[in-house]
Amino acid sequence: MFKAALTFLLFNSIILTSYSQSIDVCKACDVKTLTDAIAKSKPHNKIIIHKGTYYESDITIDKPLHIIGKNNPIIDGENKSYILIVKSDSVTVSGLTIKNPGQSYTKDYAAVLISQSNNFKFENNSLENVFFGYLLEKSHQGIITANKVSSNAVNQSSSGNGIHLWNCSNITISDNEVFNLRDGIYLEFVKESKILNNQSYNNMRYGLHFMFSNNNEYHNNTFKNNGAGVAVMFSKFIKMTGNTFTENWGTASYGLLLKEIYDAEIENNTFKENTIGINVEGSTRINYTKNNFISNGWSVKIAGACYTNNFKQNNFLNNSFDISYNSKMHDNKFNNNYWSSYTGYDLDKNGIGDVPYRPVKLFSYIVNKTPETIVLLRSLFVDIINFSEKVSPVFTPDELEDINPLMSPVLND
Amino acid sequence: MFKILKYSFYDLMRSSWSYVYFLFYLALGFVLLFLNNDVSKAVITLMNVIVVLTPLIGTIFGVMYYYNSREFTELLLAQPLKRSTIFIGQYLGVALSLSLSLIIGLGIPFLAYGLLQSNAIFNFTSLLLVGAFLTFIFVALAFNIALSHENKIKGFGYAILVWLFLAVIYDGLFLISLVMLQEYPLDKFSLIATMFNPIDLSRILVLLKLDISALLGYTGAVFQKFFGTNAGMLISFFVLLLWVILPALRIIYISKRKDF
Repeated sequence: MFKAALTFLLFNSIILTSYSQSIDVCKACDVKTLTDAIAKSKPHNKIIIHKGTYYESDITIDKPLHIIGKNNPIIDGENKSYILIVKSDSVTVSGLTIKNPGQSYTKDYAAVLISQSNNFKFENNSLENVFFGYLLEKSHQGIITANKVSSNAVNQSSSGNGIHLWNCSNITISDNEVFNLRDGIYLEFVKESKILNNQSYNNMRYGLHFMFSNNNEYHNNTFKNNGAGVAVMFSKFIKMTGNTFTENWGTASYGLLLKEIYDAEIENNTFKENTIGINVEGSTRINYTKNNFISNGWSVKIAGACYTNNFKQNNFLNNSFDISYNSKMHDNKFNNNYWSSYTGYDLDKNGIGDVPYRPVKLFSYIVNKTPETIVLLRSLFVDIINFSEKVSPVFTPDELEDINPLMSPVLND
Repeated sequence: MFKILKYSFYDLMRSSWSYVYFLFYLALGFVLLFLNNDVSKAVITLMNVIVVLTPLIGTIFGVMYYYNSREFTELLLAQPLKRSTIFIGQYLGVALSLSLSLIIGLGIPFLAYGLLQSNAIFNFTSLLLVGAFLTFIFVALAFNIALSHENKIKGFGYAILVWLFLAVIYDGLFLISLVMLQEYPLDKFSLIATMFNPIDLSRILVLLKLDISALLGYTGAVFQKFFGTNAGMLISFFVLLLWVILPALRIIYISKRKDF
């Protein structure tokens, strides 16, 4: 026992001494470049980069190191190639500004490439004018936090993603700001990861994009003015709570796109002023609870093959169309939602309307079939046909109704 | 002409009907703002009312005024006055007093609820402008109908029919034709079809400022491209102006040939 404790202490002190060793990099120091510093360092050393601009690219980190930027040093890749390439476990990088990696149609040049490494932490870095920002492949247990990733994407084919994960697991991406890219954050074959408190805006395609990524969570993010807010495709067991999707406007724009999703939870999100709040295709067993849909063109647009979805305690406020549905068959449930266009009454004063609410209007059915008819929105004739359809449904699925519509909005926190 | 305009105008201003009309809009404005206290949302509700109601009131008032003031008109015709001055003067008198009731009736409550501080002011002014245009258009149509029909019942019937056609039936036919022809590209067609109906045109003009997120989807883009630009706005206001001028010209044309 005593021996074990002694070895532990000894081991610790070795680590501590190697930790405490640090190499300074600056224009006037012995070590003038980061590449040089890495070559001279031992595992677990600290490298401190001081103020200045360093023109370097393809900097390969092949041992556990702690790289710290002091007074905002800039590493400029001069549009050549990758800038930082991390190939070792336990690397931390903070306080750097990394800009101008290469741009290519055949190679995914990134400001920071993290390849097959674990336990990394990237904090407070600023990645500017990037093709890809952070590119992670086959890496696990890492943290990317409080970074700012930006570019000036003009078209989709010649721009890259801000934070791109491929084949990773247990990654935490939090408090980052990503803008003017193709996809803000992109996940492909990623498991058990968390995306928290990020701001993703002005991206060409998606604010956040999931492909084949199961068991992930994203909470309290804001997606504003992207081509589409979030696209979740071919994934299972995703949790989405407390996110805000706003101003995703355009001819085919949505706050959230769900395609081939199973068993997801969508809770406490706010969808405001999007052309389409949620566009759902082929998604099954999804619970929508306590979300706010405010002033969207369409709150929820449901295309074919969606089964056993539950809408409970959501607020639908001032949307042009509440629900749009293109088939007659369905087994999705709407219960206890608040609809601002509900006109029923509550005689027993229990807070639940006595007549069911039909969220699919005849006009939304017609618009679905012939999009051009949207020009008749809010015309008196449309109000008349909507009313007659409400009285006796012919075209819209007649069992699609909220049996217990609420009389006042749900208070979401 | 100006004298007759002035006479018709004061005559109407003294009549209780224009007070009722004015008070109706005043009450509507205050109630709407009292209920949701949000100027921009009230503008949306107001649009629904204005687009349907101003044409209806315009037609009925126009027909009614013409038939009621027939004796006075005959008296004027005995005087050495040009026929066009008499009828255009009367027409402008009616249309102006109705528009004034609308603008003042809605203006007061909105000003009282802080329109000037809100960014809905542009939407609101375009709404009032559209309302005034609709009044001018439908009073002119009403005068046309009344001039061509001696029979009051017939005149009223046709006037209501014109309103019904433009407010409801036209949209129904429009919708049916869009659904029937859905295989074909319909952007241009729908753009042109809206131009032929002043109610549709004014609805879309206001709507593009309000429900923009829905309209931007799909075909909305075409409309946005057209109405969103200054040129599109100018063209659509020009079309509204044509809708005023053409019926007014026809009033002159008929009145010159009519045997009283």
